[in-house]
Amino acid sequence: MRALAGALFALLASVTIASAGMEEACSVAAHLVQADAGLPRVAAEIAKSHSLTIVVAGTTSSTLPGTKGASLAYPARLEVALRESLPGVAVKVVPYATPRRTAAEMAETFPKIIQNDKPTLVVWQTGTYDAMQGIAPELFQNTLEQTVDVLRDGGADIIFMNMQYSPRTDAVLASQAYAEAIRWVGLESGINLFDRQALMRHWSELGTFDLLAATKSLDTAAQVHECIGGLLADLILQALKMSETESRETK
Amino acid sequence: MLPTAPAERDLRLDLFRGLALWLIFLDHIPSNIVNWITIRNYGFSDAAEIFVFISGYTAAFVYGRAMHERGTIVASARILRRAWQVYVAHIFIFVIFMAEIAYLSHSIDNPLYNEEMGALDFIKEPGDTLIQALLLKFKPVFMDVLPLYIVLLLGFPPVLWLLLHAPTIALAASAVLYTLAWDFGWNLPSYPTGQWYFNPLAWQLIFVFGAWCGVGGATWMRPFLRSRTALGVAVAYLAFAFLIVMTWYFPRYTVYIPKAMQDWMYPIDKTNMDVLRFVHFLALALVTVRFVSVDWPGLKSPLLKPMIMCGQHSLEIFCLGIFLSFLGQVFTSEISRSIGAQILISALGILAMIAVAWLISWYKTVEGRAGPQSKPPDADLAGGAA
Repeated sequence: MRALAGALFALLASVTIASAGMEEACSVAAHLVQADAGLPRVAAEIAKSHSLTIVVAGTTSSTLPGTKGASLAYPARLEVALRESLPGVAVKVVPYATPRRTAAEMAETFPKIIQNDKPTLVVWQTGTYDAMQGIAPELFQNTLEQTVDVLRDGGADIIFMNMQYSPRTDAVLASQAYAEAIRWVGLESGINLFDRQALMRHWSELGTFDLLAATKSLDTAAQVHECIGGLLADLILQALKMSETESRETK
Repeated sequence: MLPTAPAERDLRLDLFRGLALWLIFLDHIPSNIVNWITIRNYGFSDAAEIFVFISGYTAAFVYGRAMHERGTIVASARILRRAWQVYVAHIFIFVIFMAEIAYLSHSIDNPLYNEEMGALDFIKEPGDTLIQALLLKFKPVFMDVLPLYIVLLLGFPPVLWLLLHAPTIALAASAVLYTLAWDFGWNLPSYPTGQWYFNPLAWQLIFVFGAWCGVGGATWMRPFLRSRTALGVAVAYLAFAFLIVMTWYFPRYTVYIPKAMQDWMYPIDKTNMDVLRFVHFLALALVTVRFVSVDWPGLKSPLLKPMIMCGQHSLEIFCLGIFLSFLGQVFTSEISRSIGAQILISALGILAMIAVAWLISWYKTVEGRAGPQSKPPDADLAGGAA
C-alpha cells in the first residue's frame, strides 16, 4: 500500500516536473521567499567594484554526495543563477560546508574566513546539528546574536538559512526551537531568512517533490538544490532592490 | 501550620491531570493543527507544569497519609516502588520508540537527508544506547517527562518527611535548591551530549510546591486564594503573558515591547523552569481554583467523566499517550499530513486514551469486588496516581 502510494507520488511528481518544467516547480513556493531587509554592504560593493563574493557556511545539508555533488548542490546553483541575473558582476560563491558542526563551532571559523575570502555576504545555514546535539536553544540563539556582529564588523551582510524539512526525522529531531531562534535573531537584527524548511514543506505537501522516497538516486535531491539555489538568488536580488530604494530615498 | 490534609478526594486534580495528559499527547505530534488549542500557545507555562504540580500534590496526599498511618519506612518503600513502576514504564516506552526508529531508518535513505539521518545513528550502536537509556541518560525527544518524575520520586521520601514535620522549611529548602541550580547551572548530564531537558533540580520546585499544597498548604492559603487582589494580579499577569506570546506569532508587534524588558525577559527557559513560567502556572492555578471549586457540580457530570478517568490512571495514560503520539508521527509522515488527518488522529488518540482509562477503571472495580482488601489502598484511586 505504501509502496503503491509512493510510486503514485513519484509518478505525479515526475509528471508535474516534466510538464511544467523545473522553473515552475521551483516557483510554486516563490511566495515563501521574501526579503525583509536590504543588503547594504553587498549593494555598496557591487556599485564600487562590480564584484560579489558570497560564502555559504553550513553543514552536510548544504552539499550533495558523489563526484558531481558539488556542482549540483545549491551553493554552485546559486552562483550560476546570480551570474545570469547580474551580468557584469564578478560573482563568486565559496562553499564552506563541513559535516557535524554546531553554530558555535562554525562561528569560530568565521574570522578566518572573513580574512581569507573577504565575503560581502555570508549565507549561514545552521540549526540541524545543534538540534541533533541537543545544544540548549538559548545558547544557540546567543551564538547567533553574537556572531551577527562579528560578521557585520568584518564587512559582510548575512542571510540565515534554516534546516531542511525532513518529515521522517521529525520524531527524533526536535528542530522547532532552533528554527524559532533563527527567525527571532533574524527579526531582531534585520537579517533575511531563507526559510528552507517552509519551502520544502510546501513542495512536499503539493507533491512537487517526493521527499518521502527511499532512494539512492540524486535526481530529486539535485532538483531540490537547483530550486534552492535559484530561490536564494531571488532573495538576494530582492534584498538588493530594497537597498537600492533605501539609498535612493536617503539621497 | 499543621499538616491537615483534606480527607475527601479532590476530583479537580484528576480532571486537570487528565486535561494535561491530553494536551501533552497533542503537543507531541509535530506540526499538528490541533495543538493550536493547547495552553502553551497562549502563555508561558504549558501542560508539563500542570502535570508535575498535580503529581506532587497527589504524591504528598497519598503517601503523606501512608506515612502518617503506617510510618516513614512503609511510606518510603511505597514511594520507591512507585518510582520503580515508572522506570519500568519508561523502559517499555523506550523499546517501542526504538522499534519505531528501526522501522523509519529503513525508509529514510535519501541523499537529500544525509545529515538528518545522523539523528538516527544511535540505532547503529544499540548496545551503548541501551545502557545509556537504562541509566536515564539517553532520552529521545518527547521522552523526558518520566525520567524527571522518577528522579523526583526517588528524592521524595525525605522531602515528604520534612513536609509533614516542618512544611515551611521543606518549601524554603526547595526554593533554595532551585535558586542554586540557576546560579551554578546545575543539571544532570545526558547522552551523547548535553543535559536533561527537564532539569530535575529546577523542576523539583513545582513538584514540592504541589506536595506542600497537598499536605495542607492549600488550606492554609485559602484566604489568599480568595482575595480579590490576588485574583486581579493573576488575571493581569495572564493577560500580560498572553500579549507577549502573541508577539511570537505576529512579530511585527515585537517593537512595542521595550528593549530593556526583552533583555530581562528572554530567553524564557523551559529546561530550568523559568520563574516567569512558574509564576504563570501559579496565576493559572489561582484563577482555576477560583472558578472551579471543589464541589462544582460539573465535576460529577458525565461530560467530564472521561477526562477525570484519564487523570486517575495517569501513568498508564501518559505512556499510552507517548505511544499514540509515535503512531501519530508515523501516520503523518507516511500516510497523510492533511489537516483532516491531523484532526482525525488527534481525536482518535484521545478516544483511545479514554477507552483504555475506562478499561482500567472497569478492571480495577472487578478486581476490587472479587478479592479481599489484602492490597494496600491503591494509590491510583486514592486521589489519582501519585
